[in-house]
Amino acid sequence: MPVIDKATFEELKQMSGEDFINELIDAFLDDAPNMLNNLRTALAAKDVESFRRNAHSMKSNANTFGATELGALAKELEFMAKENNLDIGTRLEVLEEAYGKVAEELKGMRT
Amino acid sequence: MKFAHEPGHLLVVDDNKVNRILLARGLEQDGHKIETAENGRQALEMLKRDAFDLVLLDIEMPEMNGYQVLEACLQDIELRNLPIIMTSSLDEIDSVIKCVELGAEDYLNKPINPILLRARVNASLEKKRLRDEQRKLIRTFATREVAEELMREGFSLGGRYVDATVMFSDIRSYTTYSENEDPAEIIELLNNYFALMFDAITGHHGIINQMVGDGLMAVFGAPVQREDRCEQSVRAALEMMELLEGFNQEQAAQNKTQIQIGIGIASGRMIAGYAGTQHRATYTCVGDTVNLAKRIEEHTKQAGRPILIDRFTREGLPEDIQVEDLGETIFKGKHQAINIFAVNK
Repeated sequence: MPVIDKATFEELKQMSGEDFINELIDAFLDDAPNMLNNLRTALAAKDVESFRRNAHSMKSNANTFGATELGALAKELEFMAKENNLDIGTRLEVLEEAYGKVAEELKGMRT
Repeated sequence: MKFAHEPGHLLVVDDNKVNRILLARGLEQDGHKIETAENGRQALEMLKRDAFDLVLLDIEMPEMNGYQVLEACLQDIELRNLPIIMTSSLDEIDSVIKCVELGAEDYLNKPINPILLRARVNASLEKKRLRDEQRKLIRTFATREVAEELMREGFSLGGRYVDATVMFSDIRSYTTYSENEDPAEIIELLNNYFALMFDAITGHHGIINQMVGDGLMAVFGAPVQREDRCEQSVRAALEMMELLEGFNQEQAAQNKTQIQIGIGIASGRMIAGYAGTQHRATYTCVGDTVNLAKRIEEHTKQAGRPILIDRFTREGLPEDIQVEDLGETIFKGKHQAINIFAVNK
């Protein structure tokens, strides 16, 4: 599975224009570490609501860029939190790793 | 795509930065003026402070979620008519349905498709403009209250029983000084006269539903019920006489035609509704009470008093309005004698 689905990304780029895609990537790279941080904090504090909301945001952004795997992982976490289940094992680490790959790839896709 | 639409003032509400940019930039390219809010509470503050044409509202947000913002807007008389488009991911479809049922204008799925976004936004703005136009049109013949009622309930042909007060007013005589009446001057006179009468009637929550020649018919207490409809109608009549006096003085000073009017008012049960066709209809009232008001108005000339009312209207008046009992009169086509009262200036 590619880290970024090229078709989705191209579509986004085509519809939004070149300047705009850079701004979007920068906003995501700027904001995503906050979301990961919030997820970790929420998990430690057992704050299901905050955990769910941040997973939701991550899912939403991942899908915007075509980061399919990251989106699926975030969605899984969102659903677990929705079921009041924060017994997520190592899934957050897996998500962080997935984000690292997405971030690298997106940096290279700036124009 | 260059914008073929009039730009609007839009509020984008989303707690996520990427989503805000995605929504805002695309719409800015269309010439719209965009402001953004990061949560529901902030959005509501901005909506109360500034006039917006449209809101794009995320459902999932901290502090106050989109559902709560939507509810707050729908309960606010100033914000109730503001179109709101919900933005959400596909798996929130239950919440979206709830919002649309509650009164959201439309929805958009995330990730946002920019083309669909523009289409929905422009369609909503266009609809809003049409509704605003409609509201303005209705306002030209109805009070704000009535206009809002019509916009909310929509209109359908067909009537219902209402307790209301009906007023007829007609020009009794023209006093002309010049030998040749100028048609343009007469029309100008009528326009000025009607403008004054409209002010007096709508100022007292009445709606004018008929204008024929130099006469008019107005109704108080329908379609929106009013406890004080009798009082309002008589106060409107008194103001009409007062305005007319000033008007006649101005006309006299310019050596122009002066007019005298008669006003008849009756209260009671009547059938009210929109009569006409789907394309052209007026709000009107029919029934014995309406006929009686017309008869009373015609009776003003004979009685020599400009404002006459029936017993039911008289019973609804506060003490400070002075009336004189003129006794009973039998009107043409009526079997029962009717007790008539003259309102003193």
